[in-house]
Amino acid sequence: MKIIVDTELCEAHGDCVLAAPEVFDLDDDENVVALLDPSPDESLRVKVEEAARMCPVSAIRVEG
Amino acid sequence: MIVGGGLAGHRAAKALADDGFGGKITLVGDEPHYPYDRPPLSKKRLSGEIDDDACAYALDGLDEVEWRLGVAAKRLDLERRRVVLVDGAEIEYDGLVIATGRAARRWPNLPAIEGFHTLRSLDDCHALAAAATPGKRVVIVGGGFIGCEVAATLRGLGVDQVTIVELADQVLGPVGSEAGVRAAAVHRGNGVDVRSGVSVAGFDGQDRVEAVRLSDGEALAAEVVLLALGSVPNSEWLADCGLELAAGAVLCDEYCFAVGADDVVAAGDIAAWPLSDKHGVVSIEHWTNARDMGPTAARNLVAPPADRKPYTSVPTFWSDQYDLKIKSCGFVKGADRLTIVDEDPEKNALVVEAHRGDTLVGAITINRNRALLGYRRKLEEELSS
Ligand SMILES: Cc1cc2nc3c(=O)[nH]c(=O)nc-3n(C[C@H](O)[C@H](O)[C@H](O)COP(=O)(O)OP(=O)(O)OC[C@H]3O[C@@H](n4cnc5c(N)ncnc54)[C@H](O)[C@@H]3O)c2cc1C
Ligand code: SF4
Repeated sequence: MKIIVDTELCEAHGDCVLAAPEVFDLDDDENVVALLDPSPDESLRVKVEEAARMCPVSAIRVEG
Repeated sequence: MIVGGGLAGHRAAKALADDGFGGKITLVGDEPHYPYDRPPLSKKRLSGEIDDDACAYALDGLDEVEWRLGVAAKRLDLERRRVVLVDGAEIEYDGLVIATGRAARRWPNLPAIEGFHTLRSLDDCHALAAAATPGKRVVIVGGGFIGCEVAATLRGLGVDQVTIVELADQVLGPVGSEAGVRAAAVHRGNGVDVRSGVSVAGFDGQDRVEAVRLSDGEALAAEVVLLALGSVPNSEWLADCGLELAAGAVLCDEYCFAVGADDVVAAGDIAAWPLSDKHGVVSIEHWTNARDMGPTAARNLVAPPADRKPYTSVPTFWSDQYDLKIKSCGFVKGADRLTIVDEDPEKNALVVEAHRGDTLVGAITINRNRALLGYRRKLEEELSS
């Protein structure tokens, strides 16, 4: 599983951080998402897909 | 069957499709467009930073849905399980999702002249963008989120003369005066004329609006008037159908089922439901609520009764104005005390906690995105415990 975030789209809503804190965080300036783990373990799939669905600007893509 | 093709309707259809729902899904929407996102209409779409396509929701996985767009539902016949459309068609359903959202509140007895706008739909956004161009004088009646966001966006577009008229003493009432005062200051710093504590007495003009008359006697010259007066539920089509309405919203139980029907659910801006004993019946007009309630309502509708899940959600809201990211979560309205716990004037940052008695009930932040997440987590844990 590979995660791609479009940081141009991201508005730092943080819904992904709440859904999958193992994978997403906000960067130090709190203005954009920080991808902690671009290819997380399969066990996190449900959470990651939830994060993608929750994002208000559809900035997260899950591949594979 | 789903009536209303906004966020809640779209997410309801998507949830059913993702779950492999084998039945037929029909979605009736009165707008000619496929479902699209509304928040950009006062922000990036109005500014032209993004186009219509970027506002449209993805339709992948929804190939099987029958779309009946550009036609409104006129009446609901609960007994015969039918929705009657304005074109006379009748659609029979086994289960119905009501997701008709809200409309911009109108000004009573508005003179029949040109120059007035409201902002709820993509078409409204196009009309406003075409009218409110540099050189025009724009008066925004109502200093709520949409009014303030539009003011900020228009200033960014180089529209010099933008005035906000707000009846209350403070703009952005729902986030409390601490954040409201600071937001008003930023608007003024950006050249917006913010008039609060004054109401609109009427409008002048022959064929087109020429001025907005205030209660203190002043007349503000204007070519474009945006009426940003809040919203009203789109429930005329449900009048007298037998469903219970609460201030116009469809009253539901905690499983999103409309009170008085076991084959009808409601979701999003149109729904009212008992969130918890403490909070009572709420109706939440936020994006995140429509996102979450649409899927829950649709899944409960098709699930066996034992598998239904109660819907709970901590209201969360965001608003972007200039470089301010204003966010709130929880129930700020129910608070009896707002306390500033962090402030950084240089970054225009602010954190305000909302308490009722000793209990934290909500929070408001400006440019403090991480802090808000902490509050959301806390409130979510509390609500689910
Ligand atoms: C300009 C603007 C900016 C916003 N910004 C933010 C923001 O920054 N943050 C935030 O949290 N929220 C924001 N919101 C609110 C958010 O967009 C709404 O909460 C959300 O759209 C609600 O979704 P919904 O599906 O319940 O209703 P809606 O999006 O209103 O969709 C309902 C749909 O049903 C249709 N309909 C109505 N009556 C009928 C009928 N009789 N038959 C058929 N179809 C019908 C409507 O035309 C509409 O297409 C904003 C809203 C607007 C208008
Ligand atoms: S949910 Fe979307 S907008 Fe929010 S931080 Fe994550 S990627 Fe960015």
